[in-house]
Amino acid sequence: MTGQERLTYMANQIARNFATLDDAVAARAVADHLLKYWDPRMKAGILAHREGLLPVAAAAVAMLGEGVRTVEPRST
Amino acid sequence: MGYERQADFGTPASDATATVTALIDGRPVTVPVGTTVMRAAAEIGTAIPKLCATDSLKSFGSCRLCLVEVEGRRGTPASCTTPVEEGMVVHTQTPALQKLRKGVMELYISDHPLDCLTCAANGDCELQDQAGAVGLREVRYDLQGANHLGQAKDLSNPYFDFDPSKCIACSRCVRACDEVQGTFALTIEGRGFASKVSAGTASDDFLSSDCVSCGACVQACPTATLQERKVVEIGTPERAVVTTCAYCGVGCTFRAEMRGEQLVRMVPWKDGKANRGHSCVKGRFAWGYAQHQERILKPMIRASIDQPWREVSWDEAFAYSASEIRRIQAKYGQRSVGGITSSRCTNEETFLVQKLIRAGFGNNNVDTCARVCHSPTGYGLKTTFGTSAGTQDFDSVEAADVILVIGANPTDAHPVFASRMKRRLRQGAKLIVIDPRRIDLVRTPHIEAAHHLPLRPGTNVAVLTAMAHVIVTEGLVDAAFVRERCDPQEFQDWADFVGLARNSPEALAPLTTVDAQELRAAARLYATGGNGAIYYGLGVTEHSQGSSTVMAIANLAMATGNIGRPGVGVNPLRGQNNVQGACDMGSFPHELSGYRHISDGDTRALFEADWGVALDSEPGLRIPNMLDAAVDGSFKALYVQGEDILQSDPNTKHVAAGLAAMECVIVQDLFLNETANYAHIFLPGSTFLEKDGTFTNAERRIQPVRKVMTPLNGLADWEVTQGLGNALGLDWSYTHPSEIMDEVARLTPSFAGVSFERLDELGSIQWPANAANPEGTPVMHVDGFVRGKGKFVVTDYVPTDEKTGPRFPLLLTTGRILSHYNVGAQTRRTENVAWHPEDRLELHPVDAEDRGLKDGDWVKLASRSGETTLRVLVTDRVAPGIVYTTFHHPSTQANVVTTDYSDWATNCPEYKVTAVQVSASNGPTDWQADYEAQAAESRRIARLEAAE
Repeated sequence: MTGQERLTYMANQIARNFATLDDAVAARAVADHLLKYWDPRMKAGILAHREGLLPVAAAAVAMLGEGVRTVEPRST
Repeated sequence: MGYERQADFGTPASDATATVTALIDGRPVTVPVGTTVMRAAAEIGTAIPKLCATDSLKSFGSCRLCLVEVEGRRGTPASCTTPVEEGMVVHTQTPALQKLRKGVMELYISDHPLDCLTCAANGDCELQDQAGAVGLREVRYDLQGANHLGQAKDLSNPYFDFDPSKCIACSRCVRACDEVQGTFALTIEGRGFASKVSAGTASDDFLSSDCVSCGACVQACPTATLQERKVVEIGTPERAVVTTCAYCGVGCTFRAEMRGEQLVRMVPWKDGKANRGHSCVKGRFAWGYAQHQERILKPMIRASIDQPWREVSWDEAFAYSASEIRRIQAKYGQRSVGGITSSRCTNEETFLVQKLIRAGFGNNNVDTCARVCHSPTGYGLKTTFGTSAGTQDFDSVEAADVILVIGANPTDAHPVFASRMKRRLRQGAKLIVIDPRRIDLVRTPHIEAAHHLPLRPGTNVAVLTAMAHVIVTEGLVDAAFVRERCDPQEFQDWADFVGLARNSPEALAPLTTVDAQELRAAARLYATGGNGAIYYGLGVTEHSQGSSTVMAIANLAMATGNIGRPGVGVNPLRGQNNVQGACDMGSFPHELSGYRHISDGDTRALFEADWGVALDSEPGLRIPNMLDAAVDGSFKALYVQGEDILQSDPNTKHVAAGLAAMECVIVQDLFLNETANYAHIFLPGSTFLEKDGTFTNAERRIQPVRKVMTPLNGLADWEVTQGLGNALGLDWSYTHPSEIMDEVARLTPSFAGVSFERLDELGSIQWPANAANPEGTPVMHVDGFVRGKGKFVVTDYVPTDEKTGPRFPLLLTTGRILSHYNVGAQTRRTENVAWHPEDRLELHPVDAEDRGLKDGDWVKLASRSGETTLRVLVTDRVAPGIVYTTFHHPSTQANVVTTDYSDWATNCPEYKVTAVQVSASNGPTDWQADYEAQAAESRRIARLEAAE
């Protein structure tokens, strides 16, 4: 798996784990996850190569492309 | 602190709340009901002579030395078996008692070698002390009659000797093995004069017996019968320092017993709250690596990895490291470098490494080895409960009625806690084991699991969902708890989901291979059997759905009300000694200490004001992402403290490719580990014996680590990081790790009440420790969840993409063994290799026969990632279709076989599920041969010629 293929795989894997949610909610959850846990080059990588993404993952990545910032700080 | 034996009250403390008052030798003493006369006397400073009694064991009453007189009673009862009663008047020293004791002692000594001056226990022998205490001045019986002298010693165990000629048959060793360790390896064989301690095997030696070398028998022995070999070699200790073990996440506290700067022995500290005076073979004995000849003691550098190492000064090493980091950042960008903190190092050292990366490197590319073990625990428990940690203390197990162990093998990986768990099980608590293998706990002396669910690897979520289905559909939910403590809509969504017919045990059985009726019975037991406690390990987390499994566990605990009091809870058995602490200290790329997201402007501002630098608000790379980025060319330098990613991380070839693609790899370690094969700079590390600091164990307990000897390399690890930081221009001036902890406390709300002074005062503190909980928090979520309402999360089963097929028809799962620790860098450099000299592949007899293999044959283990060879162990401990091995030996490198699949939420690798094929082999693979040659080449150190 190349680095790019892995990013696509990871985004799809996250989406598959939110599959019980409605698509719109799931896309938001995936976008949140990418924002919270992916470094800028990974986000840039998935934004630049969106082929092979599942619909929910693609919708999430589209949100990133639109500049969505949904991370809500959490504290212990 | 000088040398004093640990206090021994003779018999265990009573936990009764009601008290009684008696008069002992004219002095009043008030004690809990059930306290023995011996213990009550000890509590007012009266040491009644004793031999068979010690306060870690139940009263036995066999030695007849502790006799007392009780007014109004006939005879001379044994004080160790006589409970104090209200108004009792006791005399511990009378002429009659003195005569009786002297007579008893005379008989003991009449069959004991009189070699005290040359005995290893001279000055540290209870028999010797008691002979003095009872006033024995002569022995009237000579040694001409039958006796036990001159019997052969058993020297089979590498760490302690057994000399039967010194045995007084007090049974303390046998009882310690039974009551404390729970292995039942020893027995008293024969009757009367023929009584002798036996390891119960045909050859009757300790090494070949069931003995696990925990040392409990040695600690219990009142003579030199069972004696640490180091004491024989060195002599008795002259001082003792209490410190914390650097092996697993149990966090046992020990007395490092010293002579000068030489460690004589590690003895478990009876007041240790994690281990309660017990130990395992690693912490007790396997510390020889600390002074192993292969330790690297001088910094070294080289321009490329095909060159030999060149020893340099610390200053040159720091300056070169800093110049390389800055050169690479200038060429490839600020985010082209990063680092890995060590779960083996202290909280203070870990905090400093992440600070170095955030403040010095100017990015958040910091991660820790929790990535590859318990990162799903952090994610799962944070999401559901609000805190990235287990809910209980270890003492909690003593109140558990049902213990559910899933994906953990405590008797091998967390042996001291396993002993406490086994004791509770012997008292009657019920056990459920969910594991593909028949781990020892399933059936061990006096313990048998009520249910063992041998699931197919990779189906944890399906099994837990099926259990939830039973609990919901059979009306076993604790509705009051859920109503009061959890979000109602989220609960309803979850209940609706798990209640679907497709989630029934029967529907999922074809996937999980678990008998539906057995699963239903297990679910009912957990939900209705009283206090239900879940303990889990890496068999939960190291899956593509590791985080989902943790959340599924949390769902079960909330649904049954098993949260918020002793005896229940969700208990991750953390792997490394300070993996909890490393996570607490902000080692993850997305969060600062105390699990606060890096995007939180207020938190970032707090750190920026304290550190005087601006922080990057974007999350950094995780370890696997770093390696991917390295292969892709955007990540060029790595500082790795105390972690051997080449051996421990999955898909070794990919790790090697990532490391090889970097221009600067800085390794800080005790040894030239496997990762150092790809390093350009080596900074020698220090052991836990050589520095001050703190470790945090699996129960959130922060415990002191104390320096007992000078670092052989000259610097503690925190000083090395400080040197590197200052070379990067950070201008740090810490003079002691306590100053680093003070910084942690002022920046981290859950650590606000932690300081070295406070730790000295309390011994240990479980976070959160702050104004609301000044003495720490043993059990969390008592009155409510940290996040507010408990969050039920729907955890749909998503099968792993790792599939078996014609090429790779078997499933490999990996794990650890008692005698070794992780990649074995430490334990392979100790006598522990006596128990496990090589990694073996467990294979079911049916699979072995299909392949024409027999026990001990060399086999090739191949997956789509790679292949290796090792010897096979044919056993029905694994199910047909499943194979298992450990990863302790670099010559095997089990991780050359594991894949790069990982947990969806955290990228924790899926070590536990790899499709493989096993076939006969007649030698190492090409990869193994190449690797060995490359490793040897890489470890060359250029020898400086002597000056003219």
